[in-house]
Order: sequence, then structure tokens, then C-alpha cells
Amino acid sequence: MADTTVAPAYGPTEWDEVEHMPTSTGLSNVKITMWAFLGSECLLFGSLISTYLLDRNKPDLIPGSGPKASTLFDIPFTSVSSFVLLMSSMTMVLAVSAIARGNQERTRLWLATTAALGATFIAGQVYEFTVFYREGLGYTTNISGSAFFTLTGFHGIHVTLGIVMLATLWYLSKAGHLTRENAESVEIVGLYWHFVDIVWVVIFTVVYLIP
Amino acid sequence: MAIVEEEPRLLELTAPETVVVPADRGTGVFARPAAQTGWRSWLFTVDHKKIGIMYGAVAMLWFFVGGVEALLVRTQLATPNGTVLSANLYNQLFTMHGITMVFLVIMPLTAAFMNFMVPLMIGARDVAFPRINALGLWLFVFGGVFLNISWLTSGAPDCGWFCYAPNSGLSFSPGNGVDYYSLGLLIAGIGSMVGSVNLITTILNMRAPGMNLMKMPIFVWMTLVVQFLLLFSLPVITIALVFLSLDRLFGANFFNVKAGADPLLWQHLFWIFGHPEVYILILPSFGIVSETLPVFSRKPLFGYPFVAFSGVAIGFMGFGVWAHHMFASGLGPVSVAAFSLTTMFIAVPTGVKILNWVGTMWGGNIRFTVPMMFSVSLVAMFTIGGLSGVMHAMAAADTQQTDSYFIVAHFHYVLFGGALMGLFGGMYYWWPKIFGHRLNERLGKWHFWLVLIGFNLTFGPMHILGLQGLPRRTYRYGPGLGFDFWNLVATIGAYIILVGMLVFAYNILRSRKTMPPAGADPWDGRTIEWSIPSPAPEHNFDYVPVVTQIDDFWHHKYQKNAEGELVQIARGDDIAQAGDQHPHLPSPSYWPLVLAAGFPLIGFGLIYNLALAFVGLGLILIAIYGWAMEPSTAPGGESHPVEDSPATDDGDGEAVDTSVEDAEDHSVAESISDPEEAPVG
Repeated sequence: MADTTVAPAYGPTEWDEVEHMPTSTGLSNVKITMWAFLGSECLLFGSLISTYLLDRNKPDLIPGSGPKASTLFDIPFTSVSSFVLLMSSMTMVLAVSAIARGNQERTRLWLATTAALGATFIAGQVYEFTVFYREGLGYTTNISGSAFFTLTGFHGIHVTLGIVMLATLWYLSKAGHLTRENAESVEIVGLYWHFVDIVWVVIFTVVYLIP
Repeated sequence: MAIVEEEPRLLELTAPETVVVPADRGTGVFARPAAQTGWRSWLFTVDHKKIGIMYGAVAMLWFFVGGVEALLVRTQLATPNGTVLSANLYNQLFTMHGITMVFLVIMPLTAAFMNFMVPLMIGARDVAFPRINALGLWLFVFGGVFLNISWLTSGAPDCGWFCYAPNSGLSFSPGNGVDYYSLGLLIAGIGSMVGSVNLITTILNMRAPGMNLMKMPIFVWMTLVVQFLLLFSLPVITIALVFLSLDRLFGANFFNVKAGADPLLWQHLFWIFGHPEVYILILPSFGIVSETLPVFSRKPLFGYPFVAFSGVAIGFMGFGVWAHHMFASGLGPVSVAAFSLTTMFIAVPTGVKILNWVGTMWGGNIRFTVPMMFSVSLVAMFTIGGLSGVMHAMAAADTQQTDSYFIVAHFHYVLFGGALMGLFGGMYYWWPKIFGHRLNERLGKWHFWLVLIGFNLTFGPMHILGLQGLPRRTYRYGPGLGFDFWNLVATIGAYIILVGMLVFAYNILRSRKTMPPAGADPWDGRTIEWSIPSPAPEHNFDYVPVVTQIDDFWHHKYQKNAEGELVQIARGDDIAQAGDQHPHLPSPSYWPLVLAAGFPLIGFGLIYNLALAFVGLGLILIAIYGWAMEPSTAPGGESHPVEDSPATDDGDGEAVDTSVEDAEDHSVAESISDPEEAPVG
């Protein structure tokens, strides 16, 4: 059908010689995806935090329904573990900076430090949950317990996943797979890690500190 | 030609260079699937076009199921004191009809068009993350099957599609139906979630050179808005469904009124998702008619920026109107007044669109083809549904109308008369690009008129029934209350729709055999998907299209002569690309299917036996494993869109869970010995 003498509307151009088409925004696909995903996560944690705020004082209305989560908070202890988590954001920045300079050993050092700080935070959370449980607040005890454990549990799962990602990056670097070309993975995991930290800052402020 | 607007900025940090992998075995566990034909080529495909077709095909199967459910409901209601269904079965049927039509029919049908058409309309060779695309499809498939398996157990969910608390709690819904509801929607929701980040990235990042945002086809604009709506509304319903599941399965107290819970929490969370959801359902159809009306009116879209930005405005405002679903729940006068106002405001951008469509047709050289007829009917039917929507914005009126058949009439006019009519139009319009031949116009017109008349007979009378006071969701009504006649009319209308749909099914089968090949540009199209052969070749574009203006392809065919008149200088079929370049090999993968299969296992496990949930979790971990270790492009494949690094493969960071051990397992036996083979991407 097509007349061979007619040139196609969209014929060959210089773009066909390009090995990898540049992206329209100049940002990589993975980075846009991560930012979009984090935007979605804001709503996820927003719903969880709102629910906790709605339900935190409900046990007051029901006599004999066990302690509220807010009466059990150990602010000095949680402050320390929050500080640990915040410091991990700094070491994460150092890891991103190290890989940008191509320094694999420093990268691994800071990745491992970040993961260790995150693990310390999780250990603190496990300890906190255990104490609360011993003091009479189980998951099903009352509505404040359900809301508190679900909110902090969701955050804890996010931190744990972050630790697994950091460990993977550490391994990739050790095995020599973390080259300058894919150094962006460290930055992407960093974005996720900072986000999880920022969420904790909000949770710590809104849930723990505001009476 | 100064067509390239921006300096090409080559990324330094894109993921893999060339991935060299020995033989056919990647670094994954299995050899890669390689079938080009047969069922395997579909099951393991990552091609956005095949995925789009499968979305559409599966959605049409569910459309049949949901349609049968609706017909059973209408048969029960045809006469007073109907005896076809018990009250219990009736509740299950209307619930599953709603869930099926919303989550398993309209959403996947829109996803079908988005997946198939968006890369073609922006001049890309695939979506940003082809495997994640396949994952989204399979999660939708498994989620739908999971939901419907509830029919075989203690009963399907019977709490209505919004399943209000505390009715959804264990004391009022003791069977497993609601568990299937919450877990099934969670599975399908994860699928929509990964699909949304994928399409957002694709549209933002993979447009053809020169196609800035204001040169995108409106369908792509509406897709972008819809994906952002999904991105921000799905996490809210996710949390609500997680609460519901935790309440029912693990004894949490989120909706336990005895523990002081506020059941309104569910309504708020549900409708913060649920109202954006209705725009998720309708905006793709708005996009489709914004493509078809200009083509069949032979005029450019009237007020392109207004249509684009009113879509964005609808997206923003859609998050601020949710409580109008709750006027009857006692929110208090301030909230009611505020949401009443925002609801009236949101009619403005919608009205802008309708005005623009009418302006597009005004003075145009209209061709009444079947896609055009469906598109025009969308404009008319949606206007009726939109006007009754504005009626609901007045809280005083709404408290009279709420939970009556007037509401049923309203949302069927927007969802059937709006969304579904637009989607049918899209099917007739893009069928040649998807399958290489048109659908028969004569049968198509029968389909159109039967559906249009049947639709109006079914849902028009419900306005009257509702205002007369017939409450929705009642399984029977007594004789002599004035409900008899219009209910019978509605049921007759429903069966006319059935006949129309049978004509459509016959049309699909017959056209496949009898219709000649359509050629690249059967409708004299305006956008660049018509510049490639029909059906679209596997690699989409022979050459990267360089876009200079809106309706770029049309301006390759029509240009101004010396007198300033537009004249045709070329036929679309002649200047279309030949489809013979770039033998682009797809890189199919087992892992999206395997990964998705883990989710229903977790669902069954949570309901019946936690051990099964751990099996599902293990399957997911193994799949993430295989996925992360498998290069996105098979050896020997042509340049594929740059895929992701393993750290964020599935968009929520789970991708790396176990890749450490995996790499260790295989570094000995398999091929990771050279940094060049880094399993990244």
C-alpha cells in the first residue's frame, strides 16, 4: 500500500543514534518513581497518625479498658532512640557522598553504620513494645493500643525494609557491583531512608510529645 | 529544524550499561521465558500492548459476571414481592455487582487503554518499568479471582461496596465474605499502586523529543491526573482495609464501638479514597472523548489548555468533597455547608469540559461513526448525571435523596452513561490500532442504540422511583405503592442492554473474520499513535518521533496552501512508518506472575491458616529475589527502556529483601563473577 517514494512522517533523526534516550525531565526513572511512591506514603502515614489522634483518649470513656498508650510513654528513652534514628540520616548522607566520590570502602562503612543505627532503633522499639505489653497494654486491650501499635508497627516495618536495602547495597559494593554508573541506587535508598526518618520525627512530635 | 527544545541531557547515573550474560540463562533462577507465540507469550509478557489487551479481556469477563449479577437483581425487582432471590443472596449480589463493576471492570478497562495507548501517544517504546506493569496486571487478576472465590465459601461480601462499619464487623458479618472483600481489594489496590507510579514515571519521563506537557494528547493528560489520584487516594483505602482486616482477623478495636471506636472513621477513610475514585473512573473516558470528538468533527479540540487544566482542577478538588457522601451521618452544619460548597464548585471544571466538547463539535464536519456516537452520548448522558450530582450538593435535598433510587440513577448515569460509554467509544476508535481491523459499523450502531435505549429505560425511571421514596438495597417492595410500573420498565431496559452487549460480542467475533485490514490511519487521526502500522508492531516506533505541536501527525497530513487554506498534502496510510525497523526483542519474565501469585496465598492464609500466609510470603521473597537478579533485558535484546535498580524495583523497596542471599547462592554456581554482569536493573 505504502508508496515507497513517500517518506514516513516520522523518519530517522539524530535521536535514533542515541544509545539511551535522555529522559524528558532529566531525572532518572527510578528517582521519579521513588518520589512518587514517597508522596503516596505521606498519605499512608497521615491516615495512621490521624487515626491514632482520634482514638488515643477513647479508653477514658470505657471504664476498665486498660491503660492508654500515652500514659506509658517513656519520653527520655524514646528521645534517645529517636536521636539514634536521626543520626542514621546523617550517616546515610555520608554514604551517598562517599559513593559519589567512588570511595567504596567509605561507602560500605557508612552503609553499615546507617543499618546498625536503624537496627538499634528497631531494638528499642521491640523493647518499648515489650514493656508496654508487660504494663498491661496489648494489641487488643483497647483502641489506643490497636492504633498505637499499628502506627508504630507500620513505621518499624518500613525501617526494617530500609535496613534490608542497606544490607543489599553493602553486599553489592563488597561484590564489586556498585559501580559509579549505578551509584544512584544509594541515593534512591537514601531518599527512602530520610523519608522514614522524617515520618518518625512527625510521629515522635505528634504522638509522643504533644500531650 | 529547530524542533528539539531542550538540550539533550544524557544521564550519567542511569542504571545498567550493557548487561552481558552468558547463554540463555540470566542471573535469575530459571532460564528466561522465550516464547513469541502461544499462551506462554501472553503469560510472561512484559509488552505494554499485550498487557493492555489482557487488562481489557479480563475486564470484559468480569463485565459479564457483573452484568449477570445486575440482571439477577433486576429480575428480582421486576415485580412486587419478587421471589427469585432471598434477601441474603440479594445483598451479596448487589454488593458484588458494585465491587465488580468499579474495581474489576471500569478501572481495568481504563488501565487497558492507558497501558496500550499512552506509550504510543507519547512516542515511547514501552513503559518505564515493563515488569512492574506485568505485576500490576497479575495483581488485578488475582485480586479479582480472590474476591469472587468468596462465592464458593460461606458467602460473598454482603455489606455494599462501601461496607460501612460497624456493619462490616464480626458481630454483624460473621462469615468470611468481608475478609475476602478487604483482602481482595488490598491485592487489587497494590496492583493499581505499582501501575500508578509506573505510568506517572512513563508520562513524565519518556515523552518523545519536543513533546512538552502542553503538547500531550488530552488522553495522556487525563491518564496522568488519574494516576496521581490513585497515588494519593489508594494509601488511604489501604489503611482503612488494613484496619478492617486487623479488626476481624486479629481482634483490633478500630471499629469496635464497645471499645469507644467511632464508626465514622471508616466512612471518612473510605470516601477520602472513594470520591477521588469516581474521578479515577470518569476522567479516562473524558480523555477518550477529547481524542475522538476532534477526529470525527475534523476540528482541533476547542480550548486545549482549558480541557487539560480543568482535568487537573478536578483532580485537586476531588480530594476536597468526600463528605458529601456523608451528609446524612450528622457531621454538623459547618462541615455540611463547607462540603456542600466545594461540591458545587467541582461542577465548574466539569462544565468547562462539556462546553469545550460542544465547542469542538460546533461547526465541525461531523462524521457519525460508532466511536463518535458513543462519545456524543457520553457528553449528553454525563450531563444528566452531573446535574443530578449538583442536586446532591445541596445538603437539604441530599438528605431526602440519600439511600434512595435517585442516587442509584445518578451514579449509573455518570458511571455507565459516562465512563462506560466513553470506554466503548474508545474500543471502537482504537480497535484497528490494537487488532489491525475495525469493528463492523452496522453492528456497532445496533450495539450503540440498544445500549443507549436500554440504559435510559433502566436508569431513567430510577429517578422517579427514588423521588417517590423507594429506598435502594431493598430486596423487594410491596404491591400498590406506585413502584410497580417503573421497576418493570427498568428491568426491561436491563435486558435490552443485555441484547446490546450480545450484539457487541457477536460484532467482535464477526469482525475478526470479515473486516479487512484497517491500515495505519483509518480515521484520519490527529495523534502520533496513527503514524505507525495497525496493529502496532512490537517495537512501536521504527524511528523516534519528533513532535512539534499538538495533533502533530495531523499537521503532517494537512498544511496551509498559498491562500491560507488547509489542504491535504498526504494520506496517513502513505506516510505512516512501515514497522520494519528495530527488531526489538521483548524480555519476558516469570517473576511478575510468580510475585503476584504470592498475594492471594497470603490472603487465604490470613483467613484460614497462618502457615499458608508464610508460604505466600516466602513465594513473594523468592520472586523478588529472581526479579532483582534478572536483568531487565534478555541477552541479545535490543535497547530496552532503562529499567530500575534492584533497590527499588517494585516501588516500595521490597525488591531487595533477599537478594543478598540470592546473590551468594548463585555467585558460586552461576555467572556473577564479573562486575560487568552486575545484576542491576
